[in-house]
Amino acid sequence: MASTPTSQPPVKTNRIGLSVMEYKGGKTTLCAGCGHNAISERVIDAMYEMGVQPERVAKFSGIGCSSKSPAYFLSRSHSFNAVHGRMPSIATGALLANRTLVGIGVSGDGDSASIGMGQFVHLMRRNLPMIYIIEDNGVYGLTKGQFSATADLGSKLKTGVINDLPPIDTCAMAIELGATMVGRSFSGDKKQVLTLLKAAIAHKGTVMLDIISPCVTFNDHEGSTKSYKYMKDHDEPLHDVNFVPQFEDITVDYEPGSTTEVTMHDGSRLLLRKLEEDYDPTNRIEAVKRLMQAHDKGEVLTGLFYINTKAPSFLEMLHMTEKPLATLPESVTKPPKSVLDEVMESLK
Amino acid sequence: MATDVVVQQQRQGPPPAKAVNDWSIQVATVNGSGSQSANMVLLRSIFQMGIPVSGKNLFPSNIAGLPTWFTIRANKDGYIARKKEVDFLIAMNPETAVEDVKSLDPGAAVLYDEPLNLSAIRNDVGFYSVPFDKLTAAVCPEAKLRKLVKNMVYVGVAAQLIGIDMGQVEKAVRKQFKKKQKAADLNFAAVKAGYDYAASSLKKADHCYVEPMNATQGKIIIDGNAAAALGSMFAGCTVVTWYPITPSSSLVEQMIDYMKHYRIGADGKATFAIVQAEDELAAIGMVLGAGWSGARSMTATSGPGISLMAEFAGLGYYAEVPGVIWNIQRTGPSTGLPTRTMQGDILSTAVLSHGDTKHIMLIPNSVAECFDMAFDAFELAEHFQTPVFVMSDLDLGMNNWMSDPFKYPDRPIKRGKVLSKADLEKLGSFARYKDVDGDGIGYRTLPGTEHPAASYFTRGSGHNEKAQYSERPDDYQNNMDRLAKKFETARSHVPKPDVDTGKSKIGIIAYGTSHWAIVESRDQLRKEYKLETDYLRLKAYPFTREVHDFVKNHDRVYLVEQNRDAQMLDLLKLDLSVDQLHKLRSIRHYNGLPLDARSVTDELVTQEGK
Repeated sequence: MASTPTSQPPVKTNRIGLSVMEYKGGKTTLCAGCGHNAISERVIDAMYEMGVQPERVAKFSGIGCSSKSPAYFLSRSHSFNAVHGRMPSIATGALLANRTLVGIGVSGDGDSASIGMGQFVHLMRRNLPMIYIIEDNGVYGLTKGQFSATADLGSKLKTGVINDLPPIDTCAMAIELGATMVGRSFSGDKKQVLTLLKAAIAHKGTVMLDIISPCVTFNDHEGSTKSYKYMKDHDEPLHDVNFVPQFEDITVDYEPGSTTEVTMHDGSRLLLRKLEEDYDPTNRIEAVKRLMQAHDKGEVLTGLFYINTKAPSFLEMLHMTEKPLATLPESVTKPPKSVLDEVMESLK
Repeated sequence: MATDVVVQQQRQGPPPAKAVNDWSIQVATVNGSGSQSANMVLLRSIFQMGIPVSGKNLFPSNIAGLPTWFTIRANKDGYIARKKEVDFLIAMNPETAVEDVKSLDPGAAVLYDEPLNLSAIRNDVGFYSVPFDKLTAAVCPEAKLRKLVKNMVYVGVAAQLIGIDMGQVEKAVRKQFKKKQKAADLNFAAVKAGYDYAASSLKKADHCYVEPMNATQGKIIIDGNAAAALGSMFAGCTVVTWYPITPSSSLVEQMIDYMKHYRIGADGKATFAIVQAEDELAAIGMVLGAGWSGARSMTATSGPGISLMAEFAGLGYYAEVPGVIWNIQRTGPSTGLPTRTMQGDILSTAVLSHGDTKHIMLIPNSVAECFDMAFDAFELAEHFQTPVFVMSDLDLGMNNWMSDPFKYPDRPIKRGKVLSKADLEKLGSFARYKDVDGDGIGYRTLPGTEHPAASYFTRGSGHNEKAQYSERPDDYQNNMDRLAKKFETARSHVPKPDVDTGKSKIGIIAYGTSHWAIVESRDQLRKEYKLETDYLRLKAYPFTREVHDFVKNHDRVYLVEQNRDAQMLDLLKLDLSVDQLHKLRSIRHYNGLPLDARSVTDELVTQEGK
């Protein structure tokens, strides 16, 4: 056992004075090597680096391995583990009640693309400001290995069963339905996941991130298209993504002319260095087209497919007060007696 | 399509020779023909003459073209329950006219559209033939408006025959069309045409008369759903989510109107959010999300929606999240008769969801209670941190009822056991599901409370006092026992029943809209059978001590309800000691029509062996 050092090095803190430890969660109970744990780590890093006050975050999930994830990051945040596939409505209600919260939902491919499809599509079309992550492994883990609706055609289960149904592309759906920031990544790509998450925190609309997260127990074998090996072989990034938060003033080593810059709501900048010369992340039609082409080619396209920082959010559409509805005082929420008298008079 | 239901039933005994302020008019029209305005004018004219009146709309699940009936009951003694017998039929619908006339009692009268030629059907009722098209054409040059205006003609004819003050009719027309003076003028001209025709061409052939009274002074007319909407607004509700379903839709639609009018802040921004969800599952999910976040949130639905909400209702109970759910009950099971009334969801709502689940239910009987109980529901939901169901029904929700004006809720809004940042600074920590006060109710914090000890994890899976995931048997059982204790605590917090006792060893228990038939039935029992009864009107579940006492103090207790399976009786049986069970008897009514007094009286005297 190492001896205790006499003096501790100073703990590194972020811009609000918190150490990364203050963004940690409970000890994971997921399988060793599960991609979901890597995603939890990136959420911790992103929240820390962006200097988000942990108490201002509200975490949501449904049912399944992925939905356990909120327990493994940001213990200082409130969390709601709802029913299977119906996390979006819980999140919607919670964020309507308190619009000052930073909402992050973690779902799975079973939770979102099958039982929760109804709520998933309606969350996307409302453009409610929140981050919605699908930890996508193409398989039901907690019920021990059945295909989910994102499993690729022809992919194989550990038991040898071949999937004969086409996959649902949650990113293409989210783009079509109205989500205003949509991307896909691979849990093993630390930099890309972290960058997309930081941009997601700065975005004021629905962010949908589909993160391929191999299931080491049931879907990490030969014949799986969601395995670590398959992903490493077939990951086709659209661009290199980088993100400059509004509170950082740094120069970036991106060459002018090959970079697309997106200014976020809070002044942060999202920088996309083009690997594909003609890709424009603000073009919905092009985004869906590229996703369909990737499917045909057997590629797993990753990156930021679509972003729109101009579309009104659901909160703007509702013309709501800036203050949290949850804590408005009675003087605001209970009209005076004169109002009741007026209504009663009209009914006489 | 078998919508041609018989909605009249035969009178027992001969009709009165002259009935003053005690009769019913039934208007049989076609859905979508615009008769609602005419019927409201007729109802309001009688109301304005100071006579207690009630209106019940019997309509099909359809947009246009099917039969619909509207019954207006005037009653000097203030009875406002449905009355079975029709004294005066206004037959405007060719589809049902013959059967409508055939099912009348002898001595009734029929006002009909001339081409229907109904007078040959029978000779023991009075007939008024009215050339509606001719009278309408004379006052309404625009042919496309005639269909709507035609209905106003029967208002005028009936007013003249029965003796309704034309000044009051004109006032009612102007109220109906508010600022649309041209429409009001046109419609009143049609009323006048009917009135003049009746005066010059018809000879009185019915027994219905109106004389001014002073029993409606200062009263209002409103439907239960609008009353619930108003009550919810004054209860400080901030999040409303819903999925349209008859008969609850008008609750939220009227709430949208009220909230837009009265709940916009000085900055022009809404102090509320109203969201039409994608389905009932999402509607209650949003309610619970908002309730968890600290908002007063609600939804409104009916039977099929309640079924869909089952899973979330259990989550709300077990994870202890406040929310208010209005159940405007209609007939079931399944789609049932979507536009008919029933108290059919009592049992399913009381234990909605799987596992051991129990819910607080409030049961309004009047528009005034819809208003008051909206406030109660939010108070209870936040106090007990649980979903609270308000069990209205179609009869109450969608029909117009007269009432005293509602009383302003002077009580301050209480948000229950919520710990603030300052509280946490004093306490240092808290355990979300610990029974600190011995009442089964834990303390909670709201998301966003800026203290490191504020957060907790909400879930529908097993948890210990600190809200940590736990599959330990003792943690599970402790939690379930505490929830049971919380439900016991609720017994002394829910509204107490109204009890009229001490006169008889025979007790009647009823709830919700059945109340109005019981009021009348008890008088019938007294007058016709010299039978005194005691009465307890339930207002809530769980049952309070008074309910147990009432059963204990009576030899026989009749539980009257509008469902086939005696659902409330079953709930009560679960609550009572075994030695009390033999006292319980059941009177049930479940044909989709509102309960009437005669049905209760007849059944009770039969069971009493009289």
